[in-house]
Amino acid sequence: MKPERYEDAFLAVSGAVLVAFLIALFLASRMAGVHVPGRDAEIDPNAIATTPPFDSPGLREIGPGRYEAVIVGRAWTFSPSEIRIPAGSTVTFRATSGDVVHGLAVDGTRVNLMLVPGQVTVQTQRFDEPGEHLIICHEYCGVAHHTMYGKVIVQ
Amino acid sequence: MSHAIVHRPEGFTLDHADRKLIAWTIYVGFFALFLGVVNGVGQALNYAHVDILKYFPGMRTYYQGLTAHGVLNALVLTFAFANGFVTLTAARGLAMPPIRGLVAAALATLLLGVGLAGFAMFTGRANVLYTMYAPLQAHWTFYLGAALLVVSTWLIAANVFVSHVRWRRAHPGERVPLLAYMSFVTYAMWVIASLPLAVSVLGFLLPWSLGILSGTDPLLTRTLFWFTGHAIVYFWLLPIYVSWYGMIPRQAGGLILSDTLVRVAFLMFLCLSIPVGFHHQFTDPGIHEHMKAFHTVLTFGVFFPSLITAFTVMYALEIGARRAGGKGLVAWFAKIPWSDPAVTAQVLAMLTFLLGGITGLMNASFSMNQVVHNTTFIPGHFHMTVGSAVALSMMGIAYWLVPYLEDRELRLAGLARAQAWIYTVGVLIFARGMISGGIEGMPRRTMMLNAPYSKDSWWLAGVLTGIGGTVMFVGAALFFVVLFATIFFGRRQAAPDVPFASTHEVPQTTGWRAQLDRLGLWVVASVVLIVIAYGPFFASYLPPRLLSRGYTFF
Repeated sequence: MKPERYEDAFLAVSGAVLVAFLIALFLASRMAGVHVPGRDAEIDPNAIATTPPFDSPGLREIGPGRYEAVIVGRAWTFSPSEIRIPAGSTVTFRATSGDVVHGLAVDGTRVNLMLVPGQVTVQTQRFDEPGEHLIICHEYCGVAHHTMYGKVIVQ
Repeated sequence: MSHAIVHRPEGFTLDHADRKLIAWTIYVGFFALFLGVVNGVGQALNYAHVDILKYFPGMRTYYQGLTAHGVLNALVLTFAFANGFVTLTAARGLAMPPIRGLVAAALATLLLGVGLAGFAMFTGRANVLYTMYAPLQAHWTFYLGAALLVVSTWLIAANVFVSHVRWRRAHPGERVPLLAYMSFVTYAMWVIASLPLAVSVLGFLLPWSLGILSGTDPLLTRTLFWFTGHAIVYFWLLPIYVSWYGMIPRQAGGLILSDTLVRVAFLMFLCLSIPVGFHHQFTDPGIHEHMKAFHTVLTFGVFFPSLITAFTVMYALEIGARRAGGKGLVAWFAKIPWSDPAVTAQVLAMLTFLLGGITGLMNASFSMNQVVHNTTFIPGHFHMTVGSAVALSMMGIAYWLVPYLEDRELRLAGLARAQAWIYTVGVLIFARGMISGGIEGMPRRTMMLNAPYSKDSWWLAGVLTGIGGTVMFVGAALFFVVLFATIFFGRRQAAPDVPFASTHEVPQTTGWRAQLDRLGLWVVASVVLIVIAYGPFFASYLPPRLLSRGYTFF
């Protein structure tokens, strides 16, 4: 076989593989209901303490088995830093930052968010199994960044 | 039949003064690499819960060292190396000396930038990491220094572009020599790509750090950073591709099959490197899901020219190996000239890059990204791209480039070969640790040594990270031994020419292939695609919300 034919074959296979990956990604995301944060809401980062719902961070029940967790990240704590929910709950995380950029990752779930001052980050997750999940600030936010964490406790 | 990828294959030599300028530019980068890897080993050991950071003079916190590691390795080393190496490849490709005033000005600007940013970092005034996310606020010297580093690359771009135009005028109707073509596209892509970062630093961060602006917009500056920040990956990589396409085939005794395909690959990088930045912001608020999905598609697109590279470069190696008596489906691989440290280092870099590329495709898949974003999976990935495909290739290139620039023979060639293997083994262990830890949620950019939380599954990941990082450090340190020995104790010899390759296909001056050389047109195409990919965000987001004051939590 002439080398040009190998070249054509390689390029065709390469293109096909990439297209197949893309199709798989979009199909799987649609079927599993994967969403990334979008354009949800803006907030004045200097007026968080007086802007609902962030004026009273915490967990509230918004329907049977459905909760909303309103979280404010500040160097170097999450408020609230512990969330307790019954197994089988669906939690919508609604979070923002009161100072610098923070991360909010709930270990073992798809809740993996950036908290950017001025923006509200929203993500929904279902918790079926009882157990504990770490909440980790995974964006550098100053000298004690590594001490910023919390817990989701599924009972 | 074969065709040299340079104008005037015989009889062109570069002036001693130009070679010295290029050498000094590259040495600034290697000095930065030295400081960068010294910091790096401390950070790798941090994940293994071994604290050597307290012995580092001047480095008061983990994050100060991490800032220095990122800025020195990802910005100073790469910019300096690209400036020096591409100045050479553009000049040799066109068989025209570089514009010495511009190259000298670029070196001076680079040094000033390193000085200012270095002052801010080493005095603890800029512990903001190389991503400089506002509203963490560094000292103004850090932002000005970073801006000057970018300006130095623009001066080299001016040299490359002006030389190119002059050559085209003197040679109407001729195809641009491939080596010069690759050099031009590298800097054309980067000049477009660097503008958002320049706007962010000069328009927002610098005036804000000086108190001229009372607030800044964290989402906007972050988006501008990643607007440049993915393309910067290709500014790291393309000078290496110039070597993989332009020199490795010759050094391995083979040749490039298709001139056209190389040009197509570079044009794809020109058009697709930039409009993909949202894949670094999948988990960010404030950016519409559909825009993130669109950038995902383009990110998969920019993977294609790297697959072209994989084919063309591997095929060139195979041609060389078969000429040297290599046989079989894969057994020919043993006949690559492993005795040449320049080849050894770069072939090992290519093999590592296969893993780096695949893990990159995982990051770009937004569903996978939700599992690994900002975990150690990410540094695991990019130490197999910029940390080895780029850094190890630079070391390999240095094994012929430094002798060429200094008129000296390479010293300690055996050590140079060993160095490449040691570094590769190190990076593979390191990446294995970081990637497995990342899948288990171990956060990146975090001083795990002092973190009050941990998981059992992070233990092995951290230990492997520490061991791999230490082996990488040994490999890098041996590189500096070889470099030092060559510069100071290498036997004097007249420099042979740059080891430029040749192509099997002779570039045609008529037909559609000649259109590939209409670079102005392709630059316009690149800009149009960027407007489509970024326009909707800016149109719906602007004006800036200058609401965040600066914080110095360090």
